[in-house]
Amino acid sequence: MSFSSEQESIYLARRHRKAKLFALFCAAITWSGVLLLGILLYQVSIDGFRWLDWQFIDSFPSRFPERAGIKSALVGTVWLICLVALISIPVGVSTALYLEEFAGKGRLAKIIEVNIANLAGVPSIVYGILGLAIFVRYLSLERSLISGALTMSLLILPVIIIASREAIKTVPQSIRYAAYSLGATKWQTTWAHVLPASFPGIMTGVILALSRAIGETAPLIMIGALTFVAFLPEGPMDSFTALPIQIYNWVSRPQEEFHELAAAGIIILLAVLLIMNATAIFIRNKTERRLK
Amino acid sequence: MSQFPDPAAADQVQIMHKKSVLELRNVDIFYGDNRAVKDVSFNIRRNRITAIIGPSGCGKSTLLRSLNRMNDFVEGARVEGELIFANENLYGKDVDPVSVRRRIGMVFQKPNPFPKSIYNNIAWGPLINGYNDSTDELVERSLKRAALWEEVKDRLHDSALNLSGGQQQRLCIARALAMEPEVLLMDEPCSALDPISTAHIEDLMFELKEKYTIVIVTHNMQQAARISDYTAFMEMGDLIEFNVTKRIFTRPAVKRTEEYVTGRFG
Repeated sequence: MSFSSEQESIYLARRHRKAKLFALFCAAITWSGVLLLGILLYQVSIDGFRWLDWQFIDSFPSRFPERAGIKSALVGTVWLICLVALISIPVGVSTALYLEEFAGKGRLAKIIEVNIANLAGVPSIVYGILGLAIFVRYLSLERSLISGALTMSLLILPVIIIASREAIKTVPQSIRYAAYSLGATKWQTTWAHVLPASFPGIMTGVILALSRAIGETAPLIMIGALTFVAFLPEGPMDSFTALPIQIYNWVSRPQEEFHELAAAGIIILLAVLLIMNATAIFIRNKTERRLK
Repeated sequence: MSQFPDPAAADQVQIMHKKSVLELRNVDIFYGDNRAVKDVSFNIRRNRITAIIGPSGCGKSTLLRSLNRMNDFVEGARVEGELIFANENLYGKDVDPVSVRRRIGMVFQKPNPFPKSIYNNIAWGPLINGYNDSTDELVERSLKRAALWEEVKDRLHDSALNLSGGQQQRLCIARALAMEPEVLLMDEPCSALDPISTAHIEDLMFELKEKYTIVIVTHNMQQAARISDYTAFMEMGDLIEFNVTKRIFTRPAVKRTEEYVTGRFG
């Protein structure tokens, strides 16, 4: 028994085959990405694992590879990320809220929107030059953590703003109307309903943006983060180094041992990234569950 | 009464003279250049249910939303004429729409509880408006009034989104009632609900009119006939007829109304 004529069956079979082929193609693309990452991790591990010990984490850089460690860079990166988060999250989320909830749909809002989208694509070195001119020189913040954090914040703000706006857009209009119909002002509505409802989406954007900031090297080199630091920063005004800079420094040395140290540094960098993302995803899922 | 030989016209005058909460005087509503509501005048009486019926796109929801200034959020919407509430024009220059919405509550077509607990859904409105008595009591009272208390009293801190559609809509009614509004606007409150939930809400409306004034927009003519005391029939933005419900459904003055309520069009 068949519903369709022979002609139709052949045609249908061809369509099914096409669908299957496309699914296979997508799967292949996905797995090739994963495979590439796997190879990279394997390569790095081979080189770096034998250097990974507590001594490596707890030592300052040294010109003797056996004594060299990543302490100052690790602490510098943690400082940097905390400062960047403190600066960029409030500014980025506020901007997104303003643009979505308060600014209206005029021409000015359009211009701002296009500009932010463009800024997201500006190369990071350009932000480095900007940071050097404004924060380091003009505001005389020197080559400090705060200069680095401000520059990094500029770099990731467009990403945070765009992601937050998308998250805010997904909050159904009916929720806003419900709040307004109870005599809520725009601010009360935004603060109590729109922001919490878009929080998981905003978190996703923030995670992506901060991850990018962790790995960025160019702007930090530009604003003059140090490459050889044998002390720990104690405040935002201290000079600093960061993981990617330390890695870059080691890679550019001729000795083989330092290349392996760089690999160990990469493992640490990836670990920091993983811990941070895991924490953020944990927070996000927790708040998401509370909403549903 | 002798000057009104037509009994319908006599009713009309009586309506105008009885105590009303909201008076619509020559109300026009525009969306840009489109005139969605045309020169509508009628009065909404205290402690009565007034239904607005009419075919889709006749402007009935637009008119309802103008009663608590929810149209302010629609870009390009503009209201002309007067809507008198408590001796003041709702669209007067010094009137703050936020304070209008505190006194004229609204229940929407689709249940729209906040993605928060049942308790917080109800307590939030009064809290942001400066309520500082015990919210426990307020929550219980509001839920009881909306005939939802028995079903949810053991899980007040569960998410409101776990409730069924009908329960969610009653929660939305409870949420609106917690504000102690003088008028409750309902925009097709049962259109997303099954018949049992609908019956629940209709029963509830009967009880609520003891204390509140209700204006309801409905697509369902049986519903209008069952629950309302007054009915306004609109078509293409015009108010065709306004009268006591019984008369609209039994002896309408305008032919068009008769055709609509008997199901000959719309």
